[in-house]
Amino acid sequence: MFAGKNVVYEYDGTFDGFFSCVFESFQNKETPVDIRRFDQPQQTLDPARFIATNASHAARVQKAIPQKIGRGAGLLVRDAFLTFLPQKELHMLRFLQAGFAAGPGILRNLTDDTVCTLQKAQRHLYNESHRFKQFIRFSATEKVLSAVIRPRNQVLPLIAPHFIDRYPLESFLIYDETNGMALVYRPRQAAIIPVDNFVMDQPDETEQMYRQLWREYYDTIAIEERYNPKCRMSHMPKRYWDNMTEFCRPARPGLRGAAR
Amino acid sequence: MDLFEKLKILSDSAKYDVACTSSGVDRKNGKDGIGNAAACGICHTFSADGRCVSLLKVLLTNVCVYDCAYCVNRRSNDLPRAAFTPRELADLTIEFYRRNYIEGLFLSSGVMKNPDYTCEQMIKTLEILRNEYRFFGYIHAKAIPGADEALLQRLGMLADRMSVNIELPSQKSLNRLAPDKSKTSILKPMGFISGRLRENKRELIKYQHAPKFVPAGQSTQMIIGATPDTDYQILNLSSALYQKYRLKRVFFSAYMPVSTNPLLPAADTPPPLLREHRLYQADWLLRFYGFKAEELLDEEHPHFNPLIDPKCNWALNHMELFPIEVQTAPYEMLLRVPGIGVTSAKRIITARKAGTLSYAGLKKIGVVLKRAQYFIIAGGKLADGLHITQDGMLRSLISQQGLDYVSRQLPQQYEQLSLFSDHKIGDMEVRACLQAKM
Repeated sequence: MFAGKNVVYEYDGTFDGFFSCVFESFQNKETPVDIRRFDQPQQTLDPARFIATNASHAARVQKAIPQKIGRGAGLLVRDAFLTFLPQKELHMLRFLQAGFAAGPGILRNLTDDTVCTLQKAQRHLYNESHRFKQFIRFSATEKVLSAVIRPRNQVLPLIAPHFIDRYPLESFLIYDETNGMALVYRPRQAAIIPVDNFVMDQPDETEQMYRQLWREYYDTIAIEERYNPKCRMSHMPKRYWDNMTEFCRPARPGLRGAAR
Repeated sequence: MDLFEKLKILSDSAKYDVACTSSGVDRKNGKDGIGNAAACGICHTFSADGRCVSLLKVLLTNVCVYDCAYCVNRRSNDLPRAAFTPRELADLTIEFYRRNYIEGLFLSSGVMKNPDYTCEQMIKTLEILRNEYRFFGYIHAKAIPGADEALLQRLGMLADRMSVNIELPSQKSLNRLAPDKSKTSILKPMGFISGRLRENKRELIKYQHAPKFVPAGQSTQMIIGATPDTDYQILNLSSALYQKYRLKRVFFSAYMPVSTNPLLPAADTPPPLLREHRLYQADWLLRFYGFKAEELLDEEHPHFNPLIDPKCNWALNHMELFPIEVQTAPYEMLLRVPGIGVTSAKRIITARKAGTLSYAGLKKIGVVLKRAQYFIIAGGKLADGLHITQDGMLRSLISQQGLDYVSRQLPQQYEQLSLFSDHKIGDMEVRACLQAKM
């Protein structure tokens, strides 16, 4: 492991940018105090060094990971980059340092602090992605389906293949409010693009009807004698309720999510 | 009658069917239709009773010629009746599916006119979905007992999963409560489906693109608590069904009083939810933990202990096997430790290849030690500071549900309020737990 150095790496926030930081660390045989995006506020008084993104450096690191540590490590790093783990870049660097030293065995060392932290973050990302596969609600207008989500991690790259396979003939848009990104798809073409300020269209009459039908169904399907709000909440945390049709009721205060 | 009313009536009649899984088949979209299916299944919401809602679960009609005492839709029940047309239901399914409300359709039906006619209507609905809309999502269809086998065959080619509900776990109970049905009339379609599944497997070996017959297998459901059948009978029956008919799932449903028939429990009996829960726990032990039904219950102890879960119960009666060393114990034995499940056991196996496991390490990889600590040693040592007292041990092993159950059974006791009032484990709990049945 390299000695710590009183320096903060700054990079442009891209995946290649991060790999360039890794390259820098290995080249200088040093571990920075922190790695942060250039536009993020400074946390320490240590001098900052901007690491310019270098495609060939990045490619070298990216190629070495599956070769020296294994495919699982590549996946772990890719996923960790999408999480909202504080100081994720530093954790990822430490993992890569340990990984290049120890080889493929590092991924089995579940009790190692760095591995444990990254895998936990990865699990959180996977769980959250699955939650959005479950709880995203689309609104249909004329020809487009649109949905708004408010995730903690960047889930769009993980849920995109699922929805693209599901609705190959539809056009749809999933707007990630937290990260200001949107997955946009129209038949045979998909892209994740930065979007700010997306406002959903007012629902038309057909849409209103299907929403109402769904609420009706949701309320009816519950068996009153088995009422168990705790169980419901542990499977479906309230964090997701905001954007779910069954809990967004048109102006009848006090009835929100009542379903009893 | 408008769509709202129909949906309300027909989902209300279907809600007592517990199966709502969408698992067991992984299918990509054909690129020219709508929908796909994920092997793990996806729950799209959870109703106020905490049950998963994955499929649009409705009856095609709640008109029924049968008069089964336990069923809401029995002929003699005074109830608003309705029926979807196949087109209506297919459209509704697609519109819900587009909005990501559901994973597919769970189609069941009361028997209108005769079983064959009912089955044909169901086939018509599924044909619109599969052929017209090119719907690749999940479809669970109920096999209508008594329908022609050629019709069941056609239904099975369209559906992902089929089910025939046993409902009552013994012939005696069936005779009493469902005089129109018999054990053979229920088991016959089940046997037909499992026979066709086996044939289809052979076809698929020969021809890779042979059409698939119910690729996600078949399931069934039993009502718990409507009849005096014991847990032992129910568990044995379900384990026999898994073996003989290769069922994917057996569901249990706590009986909800829907009738004042004198043969049934009184209308104010609360549903036996704890019993249902214990049966599911045991079901999991059979399917994923390598347990056999006779290890959990026997004729002298035909019921599960309400206080502790079946695995803990088994462990307390086999203390000669414990504690086990996490460093060396085989996977099958790790699975038998109360509190360690499939995920934890697998992680232990991986982590111990990389180094010695301590209690701190176990905690770090997510093993919950509350109950497990009494049954394991790590590196030859018991957990640090673990002080084995009867009270503490029982407190860890008895589930909250178990305690609630007991406090409901006992008469209300008054006691002086205390700042440090914690629920002392009562005499009766200790005895019940230590004499743990089986």
